[in-house]
Amino acid sequence: MVVKVYGPVFASPKRVLVCLVEKEIEFEGVPLDLLKGEHKDPEFLKLQPFGTVPVTQDGDYVLYESRAIMRYYAEKYKSQGTDLLGKTVEERGQVENWLEVEAHNFDPHVFNLTLHVMFSSKLGIPRDENVIKESEEKLSRVLDIYEERLSKSKYLAGDFFSLADLSHLPFTQYLVGPIGKEYMITSRKHVNAWWNDISSRPSWQKVLQLYPAPL
Amino acid sequence: MATPVKVHGPPLSTAVSRVLACLIEKDVPFQLIPVNMAKGEHKSPDFLKIQPFGQVPAFQDEATSLFESRAICRYICEKYPEKGNKGLYGTNPLAKASIDQWVEAEGQSFNPPSSVLVFQLAFAPRMKLKQDQSLISQNEAKLEKVLDVYDKRLGESRFLAGDDFSLADLSHLPNAHYLVNAAERGELFTSKKNVERWWGEISSRDSWKKVVDMQKQST
Repeated sequence: MVVKVYGPVFASPKRVLVCLVEKEIEFEGVPLDLLKGEHKDPEFLKLQPFGTVPVTQDGDYVLYESRAIMRYYAEKYKSQGTDLLGKTVEERGQVENWLEVEAHNFDPHVFNLTLHVMFSSKLGIPRDENVIKESEEKLSRVLDIYEERLSKSKYLAGDFFSLADLSHLPFTQYLVGPIGKEYMITSRKHVNAWWNDISSRPSWQKVLQLYPAPL
Repeated sequence: MATPVKVHGPPLSTAVSRVLACLIEKDVPFQLIPVNMAKGEHKSPDFLKIQPFGQVPAFQDEATSLFESRAICRYICEKYPEKGNKGLYGTNPLAKASIDQWVEAEGQSFNPPSSVLVFQLAFAPRMKLKQDQSLISQNEAKLEKVLDVYDKRLGESRFLAGDDFSLADLSHLPNAHYLVNAAERGELFTSKKNVERWWGEISSRDSWKKVVDMQKQST
């Protein structure tokens, strides 16, 4: 069965795509233009009632929220491809810990930067310089904590690459690229080494090649 | 006899109470270690060693040290699958995926606006901080839209992830409790038929009543 992934050119769906590549699962991107508001179409809202991407369709099985989708496939195909969940309950706990850190401490700030720096003019919303400044400050403090963590641990959850690291790929790629704040990564020795490591994984390079960013 | 797990943080904290609710549902013995946030104990060097972001809760289970309430809840369910409510995190992969989907929905769609409202309406007055009316209206509007989606879902399904109470419903208890009981925003829940029915069921669970007791006793 081929897994359909809606909105593959956008950032959040790319978490799912890179996970599926790591797990050697076949997928098919289904185009959805958020810039044209296609995520608010009644047909799409039947699949994802909150009107966001990604959604996956695996035969009849529909699932949404990128981090829920990743957990499902990483567990279902545990014995295939890269192990992204750690080997023990304790290691899994660390993966969950840092995946939640990404979701609640990292993502909100980098998402605000994405919205205001990259997409505000396309979406017809005012670019708010205060939001950009505050988001960069908050993200900076978070990255200081990451720097400390990554000075003691090769990857976020331990000495193994996991969903916790993978979840950072799409928006960090925006941060060092179109958002123009690569210095936030390169100025931190261990964060920089970690970013170079995870972003040069063949799986991530493949996803970027298949579905270049919309801007 | 295993050592009880340790939870660091005040029971009045929404994130701490999420973990307490899960521990009580799972019948996992725990020790609650107070953290006096008014005195800044959550920013002390000792605390930052177990939670580098200076947030509560922090959690320890023998040699394992974790933070982030939703991660701690998942860990508790996976480490102790046979204890207490065995279905809290699902007993098969599809049930678990549905629960994860709705825990994510809580974290990404329900939590942001409800947290702002809880802070502005329940905590700011007590801390003698000025309320931001525009922030309150914006987040009320956002939360209304989210609860519209919930109302539709709960018309099709008894609980968010399916027929059984799960981590997904539990995850909503802390913020919703304050909105209803300390922020005079009960109408957000009672004005929607299915949400009202669901809120009535989940908030009357024994485990949640015990957490509310712990919160009352801590004041």
